[in-house]
Amino acid sequence: MATLHIDNVSRWYGNVVAVNDISLEIGPGVTGLLGPNGAGKSTLIHMMAGFLAPSTGRVTLDDRVIWRNAEAYRSIGLVPESEGMYDFLTGREFVRAAAELHGLPDPGAATDRALATVEMEYAADRRISGYSKGMRQRVKMAAALVHEPAVLLLDEPFNGMDPRQRMQLMELLRRMGGEGRTVLFSSHILEEVEQLASHIEVIVAGRHAASGDFRRIRRLMTDRPHRYLLRSDDDRTLAAALIADPSVSGIEFDAAENALRVQASDFHRFAERLPRLARDHRVRLLTVSPSDESLESVFAYLVSA
Amino acid sequence: MSVTTQKPAGRAPAGPRPYHPTVARLTRRALLGRRRALILLALPVLLLVIAALIRIQTGVDDRAAVEILNGFALAAMVPLIGVVAGTGAIAPEIDDGSIAHLLATPVRRSTIILTKLIVAIGVTMLFTVPSILLAGVLLNENGRQIAVAFAVAAAVASVAYGAIFLMLGVISRNAVVIGLIYALVWEALFGQLVPGAQTLSVQQWSLSIAARIAEGGAVTSEVTLGAGVALLCATTAAATWYAMRRLRSLTIAGE
Repeated sequence: MATLHIDNVSRWYGNVVAVNDISLEIGPGVTGLLGPNGAGKSTLIHMMAGFLAPSTGRVTLDDRVIWRNAEAYRSIGLVPESEGMYDFLTGREFVRAAAELHGLPDPGAATDRALATVEMEYAADRRISGYSKGMRQRVKMAAALVHEPAVLLLDEPFNGMDPRQRMQLMELLRRMGGEGRTVLFSSHILEEVEQLASHIEVIVAGRHAASGDFRRIRRLMTDRPHRYLLRSDDDRTLAAALIADPSVSGIEFDAAENALRVQASDFHRFAERLPRLARDHRVRLLTVSPSDESLESVFAYLVSA
Repeated sequence: MSVTTQKPAGRAPAGPRPYHPTVARLTRRALLGRRRALILLALPVLLLVIAALIRIQTGVDDRAAVEILNGFALAAMVPLIGVVAGTGAIAPEIDDGSIAHLLATPVRRSTIILTKLIVAIGVTMLFTVPSILLAGVLLNENGRQIAVAFAVAAAVASVAYGAIFLMLGVISRNAVVIGLIYALVWEALFGQLVPGAQTLSVQQWSLSIAARIAEGGAVTSEVTLGAGVALLCATTAAATWYAMRRLRSLTIAGE
C-alpha cells in the first residue's frame, strides 16, 4: 500500500503562486484531482511525479522524498499530459523501452502484458506518429504500467479521448484502484471525476478547496445559490410573485439588460415553482438562463464555502 | 497484476553505470532520423567535393590541404556537426516533453547524460573523422601526416564539442541558436583571427594535437600541447558535470 503525502506544499514561479500551502494525503483507490484550468493541478502532479521541487513543504511517498530521487520511480507510474513521446518508435518499442529503463527482468513479457492491459496489441507495431490522441494516451498508460507500480499518476488523461476510449480508460483505472493501487488523475470536468473517483480533491486557484467523496462535493456544488437571468412580458408581476416564494433569496431589475436577475437559494424548488408561478399570474416567460453555471463560478463558490 | 512493485532481478551495481543501451538506442534513433541525418551528411559531402575539385585543379598541395582541413573542416564543419549532434541528443526531448518518459524511471541522471554524451560524440566522429581523413588523402595523399593529424584533431574536438553542446541542450531552450553562434562566430571566426579568443577555442586546443602529429611543422597551434590537452579535458569534464547537475533538477513545468 502506497500513500502520497503532500505536507504544506507551496510552489511559486517568480511572483506567481501556482500552489498555495496545500496538504493532502492520497492513499489506495482512485482519487480525482478536480479544478478549473490553471488551478495548479498540473503543478501539483508534477511535484508528486518528482519533476518539480516544491518551493516550500514536502512531497513524500511512504516517507521517501520524491524530488531528485530516481529510485522512487520503481513505485510510481506517470502518464504525463504532454504529447511528446518518441514518435519515431512503434507503440511496442516505446513500451519496451520503458520496461528496459525500469530494469525489468523480462522486458518482452512485461511489454506484452502492459499492451494487453490497455488493449493496444492490434496497433502495437505501428509508429506512434500515426496514432490518434486516444491511442497515444493508451500507449503512455501501458508504459506507465509496465513495471506494475503501486502509484499511478495521470495528468488530464481524458483530454482528447472519444467517449468509448474514455469508458475503457475509466474501467481500467477503476480496476487499478480496485487492486489496491494508488491512482490519482486530474481533470477539470466534474462528470469525469464523479464517474470514476471514490475520493475527490478540489483545487482552485492554487488552494485546496474541498475534499471528500463525490456526493459531498456534488451537494456543495448544487446547494450553492443559483443565479438566473429572466425576461418576461411583465417583469414586475413576476418579480412580486417570485419574491413571495421561499426558494428565491433575491431579485434585482437589470435596466441595461431589461431583465430580472434572480438568486435562488433552493435550486430544485425554484426550477419547479417558476413555470407554475408564471402560469398562475399569466406572465409569459421569454428568457430563463442560468447566469453563473460556468465551472469557474462553481469553484469560486467552493473556495468561499 | 499484483500491487507489489517489481524488483529487477539483477539490480544495477551501486556505482553509476556510465552507459544504458536503451537510452543510447533512443538517442541514436532520434539523432539519425532522416532529416537530421541529411543535415549531418551535407557538410562532409561538401568537404569531399571541395577536396576533389582542388585536387583536380591544382594537384597534390600540402598548403591547400592544411587550409581546407583547418579553415573549413576543423573550424566550421566539426563544430557545426557537434552542435547538431550535441544539442540534438537531448534538447528536442526536453522541448516536446518526451524526456518525461526517460526521467520517470530509476535510471540515474548521470547515466542518461553519459550515455547521450557517448552517442553525441560517436555521431560527431562518424560524420567528421572519416570524411576528413578521406579529404586529406584526396588533397595531398596524407603527405607529412596532415590527413591523420586533422582526423585525430577532429576526433578529439568531437569529444569536447559533444560535452559543451549537450550541456547547452540541457540548460537552454535556444541551445541550437546559441550553439550555432558559438560555432560560427567564436570557433570559426574569432578562433582563427583574434589572438585572445584563440587560446580559448576548442579548435586551437585540438590543433595542438594535430601540430604534434603532422610532420615538419605543417600544422601550428596557438597553444602548447600540454595546455591544449589540459583545457580539452577540463572543459569536457566541467560541461559533463554541469549537464548532469542540471538534469538532476530539470523542472518540467505544468500549466
